[in-house]
Amino acid sequence: MPYRIKASRSRTWLLLVAAAVFGCGAACTVYAALQIEITSGVRDPIPIAIVPFAPDSPADGGLDVAGVVQHDLEGSGRFRALPRERMPSTPTRVEGVTASDWKAAGSDYVVVGRVATLENGALAVDFDLINTLTGARLASQRFTGPPSALRNAAHRVSDAIYQKIVGVRGAFATRIAYVSVDGTPPAQHYQLIVADADGENAHLILDSRFPIMSPAWSPDGQWLAYVSFESKLSGVYVQLVRTGERRLVSARAGINGAPAWSPDGRKLALTLGGSNGNPDIYVLDLGTQALTRITDDPSIDTEPEWTPDGRSLFFTSDRAGSPQIYEVSASGGGRPKRITFEGNYNARPRVSADGTQLAMVTLDGGNYRIAVQDLASGAVRVLSHGHLDESPSFAPNGATLIYSQREAGRGSLATVSVDGLTGLRLKAQQGAVRDPAWGPFGT
Amino acid sequence: MAEQRSINRVLALLVAAAMLTLAGCGSKPVKPPPPAAPAESNAGALSEGANGANAANAGGGALGSQEETAGPQAGLLATRVIYFDFDSAVIQGAGVDVLAAHAKYLAANPQARVRLEGNTDERGSREYNIGLGDRRAQAVRRGMLLQGVAEGQITTVSYGEERPADPGHDEAAWAKNRRVEIVYLTPGQPAAPKP
Repeated sequence: MPYRIKASRSRTWLLLVAAAVFGCGAACTVYAALQIEITSGVRDPIPIAIVPFAPDSPADGGLDVAGVVQHDLEGSGRFRALPRERMPSTPTRVEGVTASDWKAAGSDYVVVGRVATLENGALAVDFDLINTLTGARLASQRFTGPPSALRNAAHRVSDAIYQKIVGVRGAFATRIAYVSVDGTPPAQHYQLIVADADGENAHLILDSRFPIMSPAWSPDGQWLAYVSFESKLSGVYVQLVRTGERRLVSARAGINGAPAWSPDGRKLALTLGGSNGNPDIYVLDLGTQALTRITDDPSIDTEPEWTPDGRSLFFTSDRAGSPQIYEVSASGGGRPKRITFEGNYNARPRVSADGTQLAMVTLDGGNYRIAVQDLASGAVRVLSHGHLDESPSFAPNGATLIYSQREAGRGSLATVSVDGLTGLRLKAQQGAVRDPAWGPFGT
Repeated sequence: MAEQRSINRVLALLVAAAMLTLAGCGSKPVKPPPPAAPAESNAGALSEGANGANAANAGGGALGSQEETAGPQAGLLATRVIYFDFDSAVIQGAGVDVLAAHAKYLAANPQARVRLEGNTDERGSREYNIGLGDRRAQAVRRGMLLQGVAEGQITTVSYGEERPADPGHDEAAWAKNRRVEIVYLTPGQPAAPKP
């Protein structure tokens, strides 16, 4: 086992080296990135100029840090970046910024920055955010890390700028997991992939000729739980993302599905069907292997989701005839309380980190769409516009949802802000992608 | 030994990287290393399909080998699929006869084993569809048990909407995807007769 982990690490490293030797750009060192397309944005995006950062080659590997930040901010649908050819100058420090020049160029904000190698070999990324109307410096921050984490540092710059201007913590320096499917039946090929939230830096986690589904992040972002049918039957696995080490945690008769980590990371809620076929919600203690039955009903009970306080679980059940969302105590023995009442199909609950919003798949005039219910008022808003939208997952800042959709017969991922104003599409170069799960904030 | 393996890997990767470069860095990247095999197969699952993992492992799960075999082919026994209406797990029409033919065969051949694979169309939530596919597989299982097949002869799995038979996105495709497939497995020990 230790040998395998080591082998897998060194191979990853070799891949990067091999790619560098053969002149392959960052985009293809590991895996094809998803292509992003903005599908909707706010009517008056905030004009901002992100001046190219002072590079530190070759330590920075040629990464265009300002380009990554610009891509993040424009991708949020809330910003419009000044094209580089229209920039009045190219300062990399706050002293070089003449605010009025940038105001005249139409930008409300300017970002300048630089990359530098520290004595210990780490890279430091410094940036300053300047308001062009007042000339005031709104933020000035340094992010450090190994050269391999430079892209992540760029996303942290985006997070900081977003928070300062929009007032909500950005979720650019986070990761997503999703399933990619290639080929046509019966020769389909399934891959579990982890990528940066912008679709770049994609890594293969698992490769199978049989379905992989329902990836779920541990609260510390180190592990993924998922369902794999590689044995031709269902199994729930947990896998350490960094090393590939994994453990089979449930391969009982019938359904083993829908894993969800408890907020303390010690337990998994899951769906078990048993040989007689009665899917119910259980909680598995990952340390002791103790299994607690949470629901006991002849209907389909599935898709458990923990409340942020870890005290209860939302889940989908068709006990009233059609799928609806219920809430039940996570310690077992409680009587489920129905949460959704609008329409006759509400499934796959996901709750925002602050516990106030519940996202779900809802049947809306013959179309499956993503809706959000305010848990206090019960008000429901449909946020997506597709025909077969599913698998909603909240960004850790609660401001955006990622979900999967099908267009022209092909699965792609999409995001929508909870206010419904901005949206993106993330498309694979080939094959279909689906079943996204947005990871937690990094530490 | 380990050294030699690494050298082989380096060579393989360099060749792969060269091919990738020739291919213009475009479509298919080098396959990253497969994740390590399960540390503890405590629950008896197998690893055949994924990671190129050892197919020889596919022998001994708690639920029996899932190795497939051609099975009987005479008459209706050659038909291995039972179809369902939308949102239904009711076996009707031709499905009733297909079920009866297989049940009769299995009851007469207690060493024969099948895996019943439940499937749905693509509409709706994925894990909920696993539940619906399971309901269909269970309907076929119950029908077989009622006709004298032993419990030990049947394993069920639901693939939900994950393994469509028809990749289309219209009613004709959906109708082909709402199904239970009967897959014959290598014979096991004769199942104990039903009391």
